[in-house]
Amino acid sequence: MRTRRTAAAALAVLALTAVAACGKDGSPGGDSSGPGTSYEVKKNVSITGSPTFDAAKKRGKLIIGAKADQPNLGFEDVASGTRSGFDIEIAKMVAADLGFSDKQVEFKTIPSTNRETAIAGGEVDYYVGTYTINDDRKKQISFAGPYFVAGQDLLVSKDNTAITGPEAVKGKQVCSATGSTSIKRIADQYGAKTTAFDTYSQCVDKLLDGSVDAVTTDDAILKGYAAKYPDKLKVVGKPFSQEPYGIGLNKDDKALRDAINNAIEAHEKNGDWKKAYDATLGKSGANATPPQLVRY
Amino acid sequence: MNVLFTDDNFTLFRDGFLRTVELTALSGLLALVLGVLLAAFRVSPVPPLRIFGTVWVNVLRNTPLVLLFFAVVFGLPKIGVDLGYFTFAVLALGCYTASFVCETVRSGINTVPLGQAEAARSLGMTFAQTLRLVVLPQATRTVVSPTGSILIALTKNSAIAGAFNNAELYGVMKTWNELGYKIFAIFFWIALGYLVITFAISALFRFLENRLAVAR
Repeated sequence: MRTRRTAAAALAVLALTAVAACGKDGSPGGDSSGPGTSYEVKKNVSITGSPTFDAAKKRGKLIIGAKADQPNLGFEDVASGTRSGFDIEIAKMVAADLGFSDKQVEFKTIPSTNRETAIAGGEVDYYVGTYTINDDRKKQISFAGPYFVAGQDLLVSKDNTAITGPEAVKGKQVCSATGSTSIKRIADQYGAKTTAFDTYSQCVDKLLDGSVDAVTTDDAILKGYAAKYPDKLKVVGKPFSQEPYGIGLNKDDKALRDAINNAIEAHEKNGDWKKAYDATLGKSGANATPPQLVRY
Repeated sequence: MNVLFTDDNFTLFRDGFLRTVELTALSGLLALVLGVLLAAFRVSPVPPLRIFGTVWVNVLRNTPLVLLFFAVVFGLPKIGVDLGYFTFAVLALGCYTASFVCETVRSGINTVPLGQAEAARSLGMTFAQTLRLVVLPQATRTVVSPTGSILIALTKNSAIAGAFNNAELYGVMKTWNELGYKIFAIFFWIALGYLVITFAISALFRFLENRLAVAR
């Protein structure tokens, strides 16, 4: 009996440590529900020659791949099951133009490593989630967009004046995701010391702690965190790479690709794009304009 | 298949492999020493030591290793303990695995007939002497084979350290995946890396088993 009580007490202590350890991460990210988040749903949409669209129509709902762990970009509030962020808004705009209302859209969280497989295998109809357009990926899938051009940048604490750009990180501790191209670039080209974790939120935790000097990855992701902690963090604002974000979809479905491009263009023109940006990433204080579409 | 021989991938792989070996060896050593000590605690006549051993085993054996890593890597620095990520990884892996080693050793001790310990005590041996000279040498034989399995599991568990800033095989996998190599080729080389280590461990333990075997 005594041993059991001691064990229970020890377990409680351990549980408390674990809770304390992730206390910061637990703070709500769902405060950014975006602008009305409802777009006018088009009626009687038909796209000739798009198997993906036909299948979605038959199914009665659209399945969109997204990320779930990037505040203000692609984020899922697990408690309420709601998703928010700039990428989510883009996905919804496109869905509305394809004739699917919010209720007819199902989001599916797909991590970066599985994106091509999920799209090529038809697990999702299209994918919106910090998906950089490049030629290697175009061999397996195709891209609509770009709907945003990100670039690798640095996230530092608000009062940091030493790190003004990538040239200033030599010998500094910089954190990013394990095995990412960002971490390779900052180490090889700019001589930073690196710390690698599986998720950016772990890096941000270490940055808030002061045990790393900066976090590096695409500025879109960093702006999301800066918008989450506007009093503590800032994005340096000197991007040193170009990452055009596209909407990933089936390689051979040109009809759907054109339809998605039209949808992006329409919402860029009518101001929805700007509204969505201001309500999400724009909260970090940085401005942005929609990029030129690349149709092919 | 020629992922390994393009660019500087071989250096990356070699460094990752060596880091995995290093992690496994150091945390394995820690686990063995700590595990035997904990087992001694658990069978000792001193109640506080017994309680300590029981709590250790029950807490660490029953919590997911990732959670332990998380608590160590993100929790300890917050209370002022910062030992570096490699040491953290060795500690987490070692302490976790020690709880399994402890239970294996304890079950080994239980296979030694009680009469042996009683005989030793009646000869005037202390608890430590009884354990060291009479019980543990006999227990070792039963314990060797399951301990091999535990160390093999440890090798594979060390991949978790890769997610907490240790550039080992799992980190190599992440890097290659990001660079867009074929999943199957990546799997092949990374799995081979782990297999080399685990086969070495099982060969070592088979050798020990044969060496220690006695006709009964």
